[in-house]
Amino acid sequence: MRKQISTSAAIAALLFQSATATASNVGNIDNSFNPAFSLILSGLYGQLQQTPSTATGFGMNPAPDHTQGFNLGESEMGISANIDPQFRGAATLALDPAGGLSVENAFVQTTALGDGMNLKFGRFFSGLGYLNEVHAHAWDFVDQPLVYATFWGNQLGEDGVQFKWLAPTDTFIEIGGEMGKGRGFPGTERVKNGSGAGGLFAHIGDDIGIEHNWRMGASLHQTRRVDASSTDVLDLAGNAVTNVFTGDSQTAGLDFVWKYAPNGNVRDSYVKFQSEFFQRKESGSLTYDTAGVNVTDTFAVTQRGLYVQSVYQFIPHWRVGARYDRLDAGVAQVGVLNAGNVIHDYAYTPTRTTLMLDYSPSEFSRLRMQVARDDSIATIRDDQFLLQYVMSLGAHGAHSY
Amino acid sequence: MRKFLLIFLSLFFITPADATLNVFACEPEWAALTQELAGDKASVYTATGALQDPHRIEARPSLIAKARRANLVVCSGAELEVAWLPVVLRESGNAATRPGGSGYFEAADFVKMLEVPTRLDRGEGDVHAQGNPHFQTDPRNFLPIADALSKQLIKLDATNASEYQHRLTAFNTKWRSAIAKWEAQAAPLKGVAIVVQHQGFPYLNAWLGLKEVAILEAKPGMEPSAAHLSQVLNTLQKQPAKMVLRAAYQDERPSKWIAEHAHLNAVTLPYTVGGSDTAKDLYGLFDDTIAKLLAGNQ
Repeated sequence: MRKQISTSAAIAALLFQSATATASNVGNIDNSFNPAFSLILSGLYGQLQQTPSTATGFGMNPAPDHTQGFNLGESEMGISANIDPQFRGAATLALDPAGGLSVENAFVQTTALGDGMNLKFGRFFSGLGYLNEVHAHAWDFVDQPLVYATFWGNQLGEDGVQFKWLAPTDTFIEIGGEMGKGRGFPGTERVKNGSGAGGLFAHIGDDIGIEHNWRMGASLHQTRRVDASSTDVLDLAGNAVTNVFTGDSQTAGLDFVWKYAPNGNVRDSYVKFQSEFFQRKESGSLTYDTAGVNVTDTFAVTQRGLYVQSVYQFIPHWRVGARYDRLDAGVAQVGVLNAGNVIHDYAYTPTRTTLMLDYSPSEFSRLRMQVARDDSIATIRDDQFLLQYVMSLGAHGAHSY
Repeated sequence: MRKFLLIFLSLFFITPADATLNVFACEPEWAALTQELAGDKASVYTATGALQDPHRIEARPSLIAKARRANLVVCSGAELEVAWLPVVLRESGNAATRPGGSGYFEAADFVKMLEVPTRLDRGEGDVHAQGNPHFQTDPRNFLPIADALSKQLIKLDATNASEYQHRLTAFNTKWRSAIAKWEAQAAPLKGVAIVVQHQGFPYLNAWLGLKEVAILEAKPGMEPSAAHLSQVLNTLQKQPAKMVLRAAYQDERPSKWIAEHAHLNAVTLPYTVGGSDTAKDLYGLFDDTIAKLLAGNQ
């Protein structure tokens, strides 16, 4: 459940905070314990030919969230500090341009467990995959890959606990597991005791000489979808109906990143290559057309998606990038009662090709141009043109790999 | 719970019981200094190379793995490593090397910092709140740092205290006489006008009495623009300089351009251990720095 408060209240709170901060600069010792505070400002201009919609065969998944014309992106407020010698706390609040404030991250992590152990609890981005933990302001493209948009609703957030352990080896070997409420897609928030979703992940990485470095990972995620309602799903007759699915959802993923910089000096130029693959099995029961015939029978499908992308900084401050997305809706096994209603084979492979150019006058500002040929919907091509700015104010935390 | 987990994990990973301290040095100069002070009592890993901009390192998996096993982390501090070290230390799950922990050492704590900004504003470029972090260009700074680092080594490895003490005394004597030698060699450099590419030499200037008349970066950390370079060229016509300095990791083009147009000598300083073929250790670093400056002054 998103906690909504009005934008004016949020702004008032911000102003109040900065006012007190300024006042307390004058000889107030409390101020020196203030947490690191940062604000990300971002905005977008989009030139699209189609209204964004779910990819063909993914009617029960989220759609990519593009908007046409001028748009204020999500402004992100970050606050973090050590709590005491044992704990560190961090929160990221997203200011929705339409008004409202949502809690993106709000977690506590241990700092003194030692022996390679890290425990995190609260609301956090799941550790699966490579891109999932990366905040929007650090993305290499305006939007997430199609597989992230459709399989995870851009990013999987979790309310729960995460434990990670780093092996005491020269090569980076990390394993981790998490349990949570299952609030993010594909989970459906349920009122129950115990865990609603679980994940396991492992990463391995190293350098090759001073110029190359890489990281590989594998992840598993499991949750249960209960009464997951999807509107505007096409049926065999071509009507848009509302379906409800209840069942298990299991996802396996592989991720790979490789980076190269001449002399290991990323300031001048570098190349980054990354790819991720996810496969999701869902099986349970599907109720077809809840507003009409309302027939329930079994339903099982295995869907896949991958992307491959590369970013090249050719001179300081300037980067180009290319990305290829591909989804596979799979062939569903539909129970006999719904065999005449539900499409089991879409016979279409959604793809998208994206090119990007960005300029970063400093570490704190970035201007980006992106074009994409989106063939994610059968027979409807969308050529997209996007302009974006991403600026960060205040404390600027270090970025992860 | 924790004990149980450790026993369980140790069944899979049995770390060799070696007596040496594992040291994670952020920059090559601190790796070299630690090696001078600890000899074979420490096994030192250097996180960055002389051809890398230490401001701009990524928190690579390899760095996190190395920090995991470190008993001591030795860094410049003063926010030089702010873009990567906090993530490396956090992800390493190493309780000893957290900032403030028994195995965390920041050299900046023991040096008189120069260029401490009176106004903190990102409009001024990449400024460091605690002052300019490139203090390794003045060899005199190594004396108080060596003293403090040696004390920290003794704290972590008390059984070898006399060895560390002995090595510190030896280093101090040898380093002091080396400084005297360098200062004598560098006498002709006093008052010589120079141009610098990045604001990375205030400590060197203060030591040798070099006179900095222009900077190629309009703001610290910003790439020198064509407009700013021609402005510098104008300045140099009024106030000529002898040479333009850059660190080995910096792009050579801006220095080369100004050297050609203003008829200066372009001097590439090793900046840290490994920054040139002769800068193999701390002594070589300053031998080569002085030699390159004297050559540039011809």
